[in-house]
Amino acid sequence: MTALLQVTDLSVAIGALRLLDGVSLSVERGQILGLVGESGSGKSLTATAAMGLLPLIGGRVTGGAVYFDGRDLARMSEAERRGLRGRRIGFVTQNPMTALDPVQRVGEQIDVVSRLHLGLSKAAARARTVDLMTQLRIPEAAAVAEAWPHQLSGGMKQRIVIAMALAGEPDLIIADEPTTALDVTVQAQIIQILGGLVRERGMGLLLITHDMGVVAQVCDRVAVLYAGRLAEDGAVGPIFAAPAHPYTAALIGCIPQDGMAPGSLRGIPGVVPSARAFPSGCRFHPRCARATPDCAAQVPPLAPRGAAGAGRAACLHMLPEAG
Amino acid sequence: MSAVARPAPVRALGRPVGALAGGWLALVILAAVCAPLLTPYAYDVQSLREAYQPASRTHWLGTDEFGRDLLTRLIYGARTSLSVSGIAIFLSVVSGMTLGAAAAWFGGWFDRVVTVAVDLTWSFPEILIALILVAIIGPGTTGTMVAISVAYLAQFTRLTRAQILTLKGETFIEAARSLGASDGHILFRHLLPNALAPVLVSAMLATGDAIILEATLGFFGLGAQPPVPSWGGMMSAGSALVFKAPWIIVFPGLTVAVTVVAINLFGDALIAELDIRNRLQGRP
Amino acid sequence: MSEPLIRIQGLSRRFDTGGGFLKAPRSMMAVRDVSLDIARGEVLGVVGESGCGKSTLARLVLRLIEPTSGRVRFDGTDLTALKPAALRAARRRMAMVFQDPYSSLDPRYTLAEVLAEPFVVQGQAVTQDRLAAMLAAVGLPPAMLGSHPHQLSGGQRQRVGIARALALSPAFVVLDEPTASLDVSIQAQIIDLLSGLRDRMGLTYLFISHDLGLVRYFCDRIVVMYLGAVVEVLDRADAAPRHPYTRALIDSGFAPDPSRRRAIAPLAGEIPSPFSLPPGCAFAGRCPRASDLCRRDIPALSAGEDHPVACFHPL
Repeated sequence: MTALLQVTDLSVAIGALRLLDGVSLSVERGQILGLVGESGSGKSLTATAAMGLLPLIGGRVTGGAVYFDGRDLARMSEAERRGLRGRRIGFVTQNPMTALDPVQRVGEQIDVVSRLHLGLSKAAARARTVDLMTQLRIPEAAAVAEAWPHQLSGGMKQRIVIAMALAGEPDLIIADEPTTALDVTVQAQIIQILGGLVRERGMGLLLITHDMGVVAQVCDRVAVLYAGRLAEDGAVGPIFAAPAHPYTAALIGCIPQDGMAPGSLRGIPGVVPSARAFPSGCRFHPRCARATPDCAAQVPPLAPRGAAGAGRAACLHMLPEAG
Repeated sequence: MSAVARPAPVRALGRPVGALAGGWLALVILAAVCAPLLTPYAYDVQSLREAYQPASRTHWLGTDEFGRDLLTRLIYGARTSLSVSGIAIFLSVVSGMTLGAAAAWFGGWFDRVVTVAVDLTWSFPEILIALILVAIIGPGTTGTMVAISVAYLAQFTRLTRAQILTLKGETFIEAARSLGASDGHILFRHLLPNALAPVLVSAMLATGDAIILEATLGFFGLGAQPPVPSWGGMMSAGSALVFKAPWIIVFPGLTVAVTVVAINLFGDALIAELDIRNRLQGRP
Repeated sequence: MSEPLIRIQGLSRRFDTGGGFLKAPRSMMAVRDVSLDIARGEVLGVVGESGCGKSTLARLVLRLIEPTSGRVRFDGTDLTALKPAALRAARRRMAMVFQDPYSSLDPRYTLAEVLAEPFVVQGQAVTQDRLAAMLAAVGLPPAMLGSHPHQLSGGQRQRVGIARALALSPAFVVLDEPTASLDVSIQAQIIDLLSGLRDRMGLTYLFISHDLGLVRYFCDRIVVMYLGAVVEVLDRADAAPRHPYTRALIDSGFAPDPSRRRAIAPLAGEIPSPFSLPPGCAFAGRCPRASDLCRRDIPALSAGEDHPVACFHPL
């Protein structure tokens, strides 16, 4: 069976800046892939490429390909790609404040998706809208559908944006930091609802986040990006239990947890390098405690990590399997 | 981490369009300043024998109906046109910034009065305001200068007020306050310096408009009075002779057009350079 | 223990808005009757979601905004009663670090000018060496003194913001979500830095955050706020929560450990609008333990079995 979304060895540049370098990942039906990394790692750019929207931001694919349901996006016409977006690929943005049209009632904004993509009548579309909103645990959905965006809280708006993404009955949802702008109690609810719906309906979800806690909570697989390259990927369980790449381990160590002794919260020294001046060899080596002269000289290949099928990591000095 | 940033006008000159426009402006200003050194002729000595001559080796752009060298008059005209519009805009910027900053800073009834006055002025075309004022003050360079500076006052007041109001909400203002900064410190060390760049760029673009306004007033005979040459006055004189000696109106007209376009292009280059987003472009 | 460095008594702030064309004026209590002590050398955390009044409280404590009622004593001096000149002088001993490192530095200033500003506004002289030492103290190379903020990363800017706050060797620093705009990898660096500076300079912190996990890691005591009021004061970072809202905040955090996945008890609804608060406990509408009493009366913050909690039915 072909993967729903397959990104193969993708390289992307904007102008002279080579921002993505040989990134591969795949999302299966009914599966949640977490794409993590610090800002500037290329997460959002990967999502933009997966939707075939690179030209909008002046980017171009310089190598590799993106396949949706086995078909190469680059070989489709723009009309075909447009047909995919909204219909088969739903998108949830980071900022729900700007994702909604301020002068249209929220229900109508959801209606229009199912009318356009599924050809539903006005009444049928509204029934579906209310149904979707109820599934997203919006109380009194029919009444809320008549509200204007400015009358709703941030969390409620984000649910409307998710309802819009779901309205076209998509096979894949791409969510770019969907809860970053929300309060913590609301973030927890939305992540849980989104995860539940994706599994129930057998959709794929590409969840872009900087928060390893969110990944641990809902994702099946995780891909860690660093400075435009894949650092590590694989199933969530083994990776959190024993990360092979020092960067993955560092990202996990950044999250304060119960019972941590003072001073034990570890950051990552330095900053994400600019695409104007990526370091040689392994791009993480200037910030890495395990780096040796080899790391600066040689680009580490993606190699299997740990047991067979447990994923891959691009590191010359992988961390030993922890017990 | 770039090296120490060069000032925006210098960077604007680094752009092809900016260099071309800036070059022309430098040429015009230089010519205006060094006028007596550049031409052997006087702008006001008539020589009817030489009237209506087309371009030649002795008179590069020909002569006018009184036999005066056209290039000489264009160069001296640049003195009038540039200084009148330049000083007018300078006065306008200084008073507009004071008024706008005071309105934004004090707020209350003062702000409301200024806002209403600005909106009222804003609803009339500049040329109308200028014409009325010249009619009151009387024609001549002083009248033109005052008229132009009042005509643009609303623009700079409004812009400064909006800038200061936006900047007042920035965190660095609150930070300065948390350190114990006085109102004067906040106004003169933070708010006005930050409001300056957009106001200066807009002043630059307004100078282009002001040159046209000055030429228009000159064309109507309300600007600099003969024999002092101004671009508008020269076009006015040439308009009656457009078939007999077209060069008399064409060259001043071209000069005005090219100079105004150059100011606008250089202003655009400056805007692009001052824009923070532009400076950060290409960041992933 | 000696007298607290900061004593906040009955502090409230009301905001009035609207009253424009076709709009009735409305008012809300951003901070309602807050009383707290902050001991010398302590890190007091204030945690809550948007609209809980934590940022307003931070500004009230430093008197960057005026309180509607209540007072703040700083080392025995009543800040709320000071005349402008005396207040400006008092600012030498207290400082603030802001959330957004992008707008908290004047884009036209060089770092040297940013760091010299506290001295300039207080009429003190400062040497270039001193400025360089200030940068070094927050882990930045002195060569950066000539740089402008736009040449720095977010984390580096926040270090400059911290250096500026500490310029006049204050006793008390308010940290308003100093890491909320930064990457998690940078957050730990900044927390580390703040912790080291506190030990070295004997600072007292008021640490504002929406992240309970971070507050529990960094703070000695924790104040939980909901819609303008204090609902619980945890006297130890690891104290067991007694208010249902604190419990919900803790449950909303995800540990980076897939083996500890859990279903989150859905907190009904969202934070109500502060302009139209229901009578009774502000949390009642979302609380699984709410009773009729909660919907009628406002629970007072009272020292329960161990620490103060404002709840009729504590856990």
